[in-house]
Amino acid sequence: MLLNLDRDQELFRETTAKLLDELVPVGELRRRRDDPDGFDNEYWRRGAELGWTSLLVGEEHGGGSIGGKGLVDLALVAYEFGRHAAPGPLVGTNVVVATLSEAGDSRHGAVISDLLSGGSIATWCLGEPEPNSPFDGIAMQIGVDGDEVVLNGTKRPVESGARADQMLVTGRTGDGVTQVLVPAGSAGVSVSPMHTIDMTRRFSVVRFDDVRIPSSAVVGEVGMAGEQVRRQLQRAVAIVNAEAVGAMQAAFDMTVEWAFDRYSFGRPLASYQELKHRFSDMKTWLEAGHAISDAATVAVASGSPDSEELLAAAKAFIGGYGSELMQDCVQIHGGIGVTFEHDLHLYLRRHTVDRALFGTPAEHRQRLCELVERHEELA
Amino acid sequence: MSSAEDLESFRQRARAFVRANLRPVSSTAFVDPLRNERTDEEELAAVARDREVQRMLFDADLAGICFPREFGGQGLSPAHQHVLNAELAGYEYPARLQAPTLSPCAAVLLDFGTDEQKRQHIPAILKGEEIWMQFLSEPSGGSDVAGALMTAVRDGDEWMLNGSKIWTTGAWWSDWGLCLARTNWEVPKHRGLTVFMLPIRQRGLDVHRIEMLNGSKEFCQEFLTDVVVPDTDRIGEIDDGWTVGTRWMFHERMLTNSPLVTVPMGDAHKGDGAAFVNRVARETGRLSDPSVRDLVGEAHMLDLTEGALRQRISEGIATGAMADQSAAIGRLFGGVVSARIRTIGFEIAGLAGAAWTDDDGELVHCGTDFLMRQVSCIGGGTTEMARNVISERVLGMPREPTLDRNVAFRDVPRNASPG
Repeated sequence: MLLNLDRDQELFRETTAKLLDELVPVGELRRRRDDPDGFDNEYWRRGAELGWTSLLVGEEHGGGSIGGKGLVDLALVAYEFGRHAAPGPLVGTNVVVATLSEAGDSRHGAVISDLLSGGSIATWCLGEPEPNSPFDGIAMQIGVDGDEVVLNGTKRPVESGARADQMLVTGRTGDGVTQVLVPAGSAGVSVSPMHTIDMTRRFSVVRFDDVRIPSSAVVGEVGMAGEQVRRQLQRAVAIVNAEAVGAMQAAFDMTVEWAFDRYSFGRPLASYQELKHRFSDMKTWLEAGHAISDAATVAVASGSPDSEELLAAAKAFIGGYGSELMQDCVQIHGGIGVTFEHDLHLYLRRHTVDRALFGTPAEHRQRLCELVERHEELA
Repeated sequence: MSSAEDLESFRQRARAFVRANLRPVSSTAFVDPLRNERTDEEELAAVARDREVQRMLFDADLAGICFPREFGGQGLSPAHQHVLNAELAGYEYPARLQAPTLSPCAAVLLDFGTDEQKRQHIPAILKGEEIWMQFLSEPSGGSDVAGALMTAVRDGDEWMLNGSKIWTTGAWWSDWGLCLARTNWEVPKHRGLTVFMLPIRQRGLDVHRIEMLNGSKEFCQEFLTDVVVPDTDRIGEIDDGWTVGTRWMFHERMLTNSPLVTVPMGDAHKGDGAAFVNRVARETGRLSDPSVRDLVGEAHMLDLTEGALRQRISEGIATGAMADQSAAIGRLFGGVVSARIRTIGFEIAGLAGAAWTDDDGELVHCGTDFLMRQVSCIGGGTTEMARNVISERVLGMPREPTLDRNVAFRDVPRNASPG
């Protein structure tokens, strides 16, 4: 999280943290372990009231940011989501509503205002069964038939797939990329739940079998959505990065406290140099995670030319080094660290899922190499 | 003081000077001082050019951006220094005058020097007339800095110094030393130290060049025999040298994060950074190999993350959001990242890492760079010391037990054999 927030940003972060403390404390997360929904409407509506859904949307569409850079403000919410392992379609709703409002036509006006108010939620159907990759291997077909588009294919994992009122589906039309807004319950759409290591979020497999939707549901132009998808990915990666850093912070703080409280051989764990040095490494990775996440988010929000490189570096670093931090927190806790009773796993789950979403560390390292190569060729 | 120059007009002024006066350098022209690539004559010529460029910067009001105006500096902000660093990208700059001359040495002078001492030395430093070295580490032990054995004995208005200092990079062409010495053996180790400054070229001070495993002879060891230092060249109070030393090591850990230091943007890692790894990968012709691409991506990930971390720490310390001791976080990450990037370079180089010819381009560095890898985790305070500082000073964990804390230094057990 940014070191020096202005007063309004700090107030916004604090209010978000308080609302999460109040509505989704750890006991509530545990209580909903087997609840297929994972959260209730009232929770999401109150968050929306606070601004969780409107930061990436211009004022002319009913949105608005705090410091003029909506993604930077949204990263503050995401950070608190990670620190609280909070449920809710933060990525899906924000990414979808931002794209709809940028598409700049009036067709989606009603959907936008419902999403902004928290009255409905959206999800982004991007990922597909292996070996398809969100970067270059999308197989989902979106054909054009008169004044309708026809969708065929499978998307997974789709966050809040069973709850979402609107699904933004990314697919292929010939060589181009097309995005269509599909309302929940459309004929030919089937949603089935997936197993997940996450305890607070729900993921589904969504199948599209000859799903016919009016062409007016196409967001932007058929075959021309490449740039939209690129921006969506940037936003999604920035959000999950901030979330993952929040989860790292929570686990780290918890483990530092444990090291002071836990005694063995008559002295606190925090007095053993072997452990002190590991804490120093973890603190370094944590600060580096904050630093690269913030640098990337600010770069994306400012449209800086190095934003893609910074984002890929952030996703790769926070995923890779962050996992080492999380697992070392488990190790230092000992047996209790792998029990259900201890809260550590809530943050471990959140970080681990975020690591896998929107490109693994290995995929982002490959991507970084590609970006650097392209950059060198231009130079 | 006149009102501060705004950043944009400063940028224009810096840009005009840099483009009109400085020589552009290609990204591959970087020479790591520890790579043993220059003859002594070439090294001395490079030192002379560094002094000359420093003087040009001084005459153009671009030296000592964050130094007070009364001592020849510009009295501007770290943001101005940042602008200068950006404008210098791709151009020559006086690399040998930055660390340790401007920081930690001049930084310590600013913190603890008398008005007269500052007037005598800071302008001379900013003009490129004085290059300083840290006489800090000793052969008896590097990390335990407060355990210095260099002895200073007072005789009227003078002190007589005897002992040895080590790991000074380039002392053979430098002018002044900032020296930590023991002035009292009857009190615990932290309470019997005093800091002095002294000219390096003088009778009784022998500079010995140490040959590193790669043949580089830039690291030096000094032997001081009855070297006389006037009391007016003492910095800080007698026996209070640890107060100076603590601050001194803070400046050292800040490295290129310090706003007192000029480093062209993107230059901090020209020798061992990710750009070097790219060139190695191209040279081997293996850039299409996915495992090589993964390593290139990792190098860039680490490089970009380190840059962001440096900025966060420097901003955090400047605004008070982070404790000064957090500089150790940057030091630790920087050391480990640099070592990892050298490993990556070696890995990609394949067989050429073990044996090469002069025609192998960038690959010629990979083997010896790998052998010298740990230098980044040793020089400037080991990463183990940084880990102690982070855990104890930043996280507040219990200090390591020591056997020398409340004992007269004379009675503290020392190495079985001297040296």
